Amino acid sequence: MPIKILMPALSPTMTEGNLTKWLKKQGDKVSAGEVIAEIETDKATMEVEAVDEGILAKILVPEGTEGVIVNSLIAVLIEEDEKDADIDAFILKNQPSSASDITSKTTIITETAVSPNLSNHKENIPEIKTRIFASPLAKRIASIEGISLSDIVGSGPRSRIVKSDVLAFEKNSKSSPRRNNEEYILVPNNNMRKVIAKRLMESKLTVPHFYLSIECVMDDALKLREQININFADDKNKKLSVNDFIILATAKALKDVPQANASWTDSSIMMYNNIDISIAVAIDGGLITPIIKNADQKNIHNISSEMKDLAKRAKENTLSPNEFQGGGFSISNLGMYGIKNFSAIINPPQGCIMAVGASSKRPVVINDKLEIKTIMDVTISCDHRVVDGAVGAHFLNAFKKYIEAPILMFI
Amino acid sequence: MEKFDVIVIGGGPGGYVAAIRAASLGLKVALVEKEHLGGICLNWGCIPTKSLLKSAELLEKINHADEFGINVVKASFDIEKIVARSRNVSSKLVGGIKSLLKKNKVTVFEGVAKIINPKLVSVVINEQTTSLEAKNIIIATGARARVIKGFEPNGTNIWTYKEALTPKSVPKSMIIVGSGAIGIEFASFYNALGVKVTVLEAAPRILQAEDAEISNIAKKAFDGKGIVFHTGVKLNNHELKENEVLLNFTCNEKELSLNAEIVLMAVGVVANSEDIGLENTKIKLNNSHIVTNGFAQTEETNIYAIGDVASAPWLAHKASHEGIIAAEHIAGKNPHQIHRLNIPGCTYSSPQIASVGLTEEAAIAAGYKIKIGRFPFYANGKALILGDSDGLIKTIFDDKTGELLGAHMIGSDVTELIHGYVIAKSMESTELELMETIFPHPTLSEMLHESVLQAYNKAIHI
Repeated sequence: MPIKILMPALSPTMTEGNLTKWLKKQGDKVSAGEVIAEIETDKATMEVEAVDEGILAKILVPEGTEGVIVNSLIAVLIEEDEKDADIDAFILKNQPSSASDITSKTTIITETAVSPNLSNHKENIPEIKTRIFASPLAKRIASIEGISLSDIVGSGPRSRIVKSDVLAFEKNSKSSPRRNNEEYILVPNNNMRKVIAKRLMESKLTVPHFYLSIECVMDDALKLREQININFADDKNKKLSVNDFIILATAKALKDVPQANASWTDSSIMMYNNIDISIAVAIDGGLITPIIKNADQKNIHNISSEMKDLAKRAKENTLSPNEFQGGGFSISNLGMYGIKNFSAIINPPQGCIMAVGASSKRPVVINDKLEIKTIMDVTISCDHRVVDGAVGAHFLNAFKKYIEAPILMFI
Repeated sequence: MEKFDVIVIGGGPGGYVAAIRAASLGLKVALVEKEHLGGICLNWGCIPTKSLLKSAELLEKINHADEFGINVVKASFDIEKIVARSRNVSSKLVGGIKSLLKKNKVTVFEGVAKIINPKLVSVVINEQTTSLEAKNIIIATGARARVIKGFEPNGTNIWTYKEALTPKSVPKSMIIVGSGAIGIEFASFYNALGVKVTVLEAAPRILQAEDAEISNIAKKAFDGKGIVFHTGVKLNNHELKENEVLLNFTCNEKELSLNAEIVLMAVGVVANSEDIGLENTKIKLNNSHIVTNGFAQTEETNIYAIGDVASAPWLAHKASHEGIIAAEHIAGKNPHQIHRLNIPGCTYSSPQIASVGLTEEAAIAAGYKIKIGRFPFYANGKALILGDSDGLIKTIFDDKTGELLGAHMIGSDVTELIHGYVIAKSMESTELELMETIFPHPTLSEMLHESVLQAYNKAIHI
């Protein structure tokens, strides 16, 4: 059985090399371990040793051949008693492609000759596959009008897009909605979003919410506010807002109805000893609830300036955790957005959240007479585990009492 | 009765092209021609006029031969030989058409056709009538010279193009009524032969269809050759004197009279749409011309009309193109439509005029903000070499999209240059592709490049 002599690899990564020299001629006797040829790569030169003994029956790759692929057949050894005739058949059987090394080398060369052309060519092959055929004018107009050529069907020769196709498309898209082919963009959730999502989801899933609404007549509160603010006409930082009154009224009401300032736990209801009110503040990309601590003990001025400062720092993202973590009761005021009324989601573990809407002049019946009053809708969301309907109602009535007759907050 | 897929009525550049195309698509085609294959174009239009003009051009060139260092005794001409050559060229081409039709197996009937009904055509040959069944009909009967009442051609001294193409002798003087391409070409020809030529035009300027700037340059050039023009003319009447015609007309409210040996009427064309049986069809006419859609179809869906008998422009190349569209449409193909603004128009006077697309006035009227490129012949090397340094290449671009809206040229050989811009328009090129094209040097064609560059302030040679 003839023995294959294959092109060795000088390194695991070598794929081809040059057969620089044959040290044996066809027909020579070869002993095991004898050097029969020299090969080289650009890294090194190596001697090829014969593994077996025999006669070098056929040299298939002449010396000086470059680009000989590793493991290709370079020569055939036969044992002394074997015949030449079998060799050709053996060779044919053992050359993977019918090409000899020289041919495969030529093939390689051809391929390398071709690909530089292709890569030098301005359009790479992938581009040709997706190339859109459009006349120069059609391309120009589409780019001026911001139309993507891929949206247009061509009516020109070989389905080329021509000027009239672009103009027709533009006309149609003006009458029908311009669809954005990118269905959406992804805005990654920042931390605040994640927290809001988690907490409020938890709240809605676990807290048995119920809602109570009441209307408050705001005329006296607004009048009092105006009276106070006149004194600070030239310093707007000292001016009071309606919300400041609402915070103070809430604090007073919680003092009267402390059961509304509580949290549920499995074993007991946690009734808070301090009246700390969380105020929802809208900030870029979300909201946060800074806390007015001991709101019942602060005068309205302090509440006002503290609120202003907290809101400013909330928007600047410079609140410290203890300034927004905690609190026993929340207020959410969407009045400045014109919202008439709404129900808010409880901030766990608090027991209630009070949603305040916009004040507006409305017709009311007083003593069977029609009058115009400034009315504000307030809706409280309560955790039924902690606050029952009656408690909630008591609280709202207390709040109403203070906000409708604000002087009561100051005595 | 013989049945045909297509019967083509008229064998001019519209008809014979339609017939050949239809036959090459495998249809059974008959062509009926009553007078001469090749129609007006080959026999009494495009071909003979250009042959006459070539003789005149040569005369002019030879008379300036000493500029090129060639000594020539003043050249003379033989009008009969000039005419004979043009007739010769015509008949060669007519012979060629005959062979092409034969080669494509088109059955040619030499007779007069009439549509009996949309599927039936009668042909009268030597007073014998045959009827042919037609699946489709293509009307290609062409047009003839328009006649103004009171100025009917008489074959002696009130001419149409027919007489103008076959003069037995050269008149001393000629009044040409009409300054369109035909009038101007004859004016140019006869002027070159030494005839005292006066051109009368009803419109405020000559070559009304061309860009105003170009027709102005043309007028100056013709003025320089001694051709006299009167514009704003309204013809009143004429009197036939002994050897002359006295023409009375009103020009800008002044009553004028002119006399000349010959009056040549070149006042437009009228379609040959009578007596072909259109009353037996639903076909509609517009000012004698047959109304067609983008596929040359008439109101009868199996009858097509092409060439001069249909809409403007009345040019042979438009007729041929329509012929192909009609043939392909009949064969069930989807031919693409003609873009009117991509049809070039050429006038083979000296200087030549060639144009395609919108004139400057038309572009502005259409609301385009335009860029104009101008390149004069005197700045082109080849023009100077040829001794033809008068001329202009004018291009008009849409400022917004770079679309080539129009190209207008005047000068030597511009009729051979215009195709460059026509190809550009046909392929919806913008100024960029034209600027990036490498024109050979030294040629007149480089001016096509420079005119585009000039429109965008990138011209090198001006």
